[in-house]
Amino acid sequence: MALQAIAFYVMAAATVIAGFCVVSARNPVHSVLWLILSFFSAAGLFVLLGAEFLAMLLVVVYVGAVAVLFLFVVMMLDVDFAALRQGFARYMPLGLLVAMFLAAEMVMVSTAVASRGAAKGNDAPMAAAHSGVTNAEAIGRVLYTDYVYFFQAAGLVLLVAMIGAIVLTLRHKPGVRRQIIMNQVLRTPKSGMTLVNPKVGEGIDA
Amino acid sequence: MIGLSHYLAVAAILFTIGVFGIFVNRKNIIVILMSVELMLLAVNINLVAFSVFLGNVTGQIFAMFVLTVAAAEAAVGLAILVTFFRNRGDIAVDDASVMKG
Repeated sequence: MALQAIAFYVMAAATVIAGFCVVSARNPVHSVLWLILSFFSAAGLFVLLGAEFLAMLLVVVYVGAVAVLFLFVVMMLDVDFAALRQGFARYMPLGLLVAMFLAAEMVMVSTAVASRGAAKGNDAPMAAAHSGVTNAEAIGRVLYTDYVYFFQAAGLVLLVAMIGAIVLTLRHKPGVRRQIIMNQVLRTPKSGMTLVNPKVGEGIDA
Repeated sequence: MIGLSHYLAVAAILFTIGVFGIFVNRKNIIVILMSVELMLLAVNINLVAFSVFLGNVTGQIFAMFVLTVAAAEAAVGLAILVTFFRNRGDIAVDDASVMKG
C-alpha cells in the first residue's frame, strides 16, 4: 500500500511537472519531449488504476504516433520560435489568474464528488480481479457488443482524418511530367501518326 | 491511501496547465496544439479514474474514443499547420485571418 502511494505521488508529480514544462519550455522540441514524459507518467497512473489496456494504448498512440508527428512538424518547420514567444510575460498574469481560479474550482468540485457523489465510499479501486476477467477482456466484451456502432464511428473518424490530412498536404508541382496511363491506352494508330505524301524534292513541313 | 480525489486533483491540475499554456503561448500554434493534447489527457485521467472507482468499464471505452478523436485532431491540425506554413512562410497565429474565405 505504501509502495502504491509512493508510486502514485512520483508519477503524478512527473505528469504535472512535465505538463508545466511543455507550456513553459523555450524550445518547442523540448516541449514535445516533455509531452512524451507526461504521457508516459499518465500511462503509469493508468497502470496503477488497473486500466492496463488503456495505458498501453496511450503509449502506442500518443507517444508512438502523435508525439512523433509533433516532433516531425516542429523539426520540419523552419520558424523563428523566439519571436513567437514575445507576449509570454504580458499574458502571464491573466493566465495565472484564470488558471488559479480554474484549478481551485475543479479541485473543490472533484473532492466534493469523490466524498459525496456516486463514488462515495469507494475509497479503493474496484479491481478487475474480482470478476475474474482481465482489463482488456472486460473492455472487449463491452466494446464489440454495446458500443459496436461507436467503434465503427471511431474508425470512420480516423479514415476522414487520414484523407483530410493527405488532401491538405498533397502538393502537385507544376511542370512535372507524369505518366498518364489512360492516355497511353486510349492512343490509337490514327491519332498517333499522320501519313503524308510529299512531293519529290520538296520535303515536308510539319 | 490513494483515493478517487487524488486522481481527480491530478487531472484538474493538468487541465489547468493546458488552459494556462493556451493563454501564455498565444502566438505559437504548435504549443497551443500540445496544450490541447494535455487537456484531453486530463479528461482521460478523469474518465479512467471514475471508471475504475465506480467499477464500470464504460468510462474506459469513452477514454478510448477521446484518444481516437485526439489523434485525428492532431493529424488534421498539423496538416493545416504545414499547409499554412507553406503558404505564408510563418506560423504566427495573428496572421491566420488570411485564411478567411
